[in-house]
Amino acid sequence: MDPDNQALIKRIVDEIGGDDLVVMLGAADAEAVEVAAETVRDGDPAWVGPLAGVQLGLPVLHVFEDEVKDQADDGVYEAQIGFFEMTLDVDEVKAAMKRARGDA
Amino acid sequence: MELKGKKVVALGERDSVPGEAIAEVARSAGAEVIEIRTECFV
Repeated sequence: MDPDNQALIKRIVDEIGGDDLVVMLGAADAEAVEVAAETVRDGDPAWVGPLAGVQLGLPVLHVFEDEVKDQADDGVYEAQIGFFEMTLDVDEVKAAMKRARGDA
Repeated sequence: MELKGKKVVALGERDSVPGEAIAEVARSAGAEVIEIRTECFV
């Protein structure tokens, strides 16, 4: 995960705490998704960014996951995400999120 | 996890789903979007 985004998340948690905070991803690359999910939960696996050694334990969802789609307004979801669902590998992203959570 | 009432940080990508699209979806689910970013790897 980009060090700037790591710094952003660390700042937000420092300011308002991690309660009720959710990180929602939009990346299509499976490895990037896994690394991002791991970073905000367990810390930066590369040990280079601001979250190195920082276990925030934040919940992470990807916008492609059913857990998000089922709660979103159907019209909004179709308008904002429908195109990307057709052009990107949704199943691969979902599998990556499962691996990141240890469900796979 | 129920998104209603949650504070969402939307981290998108320019070459996939942008942060603003994630934010719109999160808001429609009743979440409060507190930060939006769209990463660019180019």
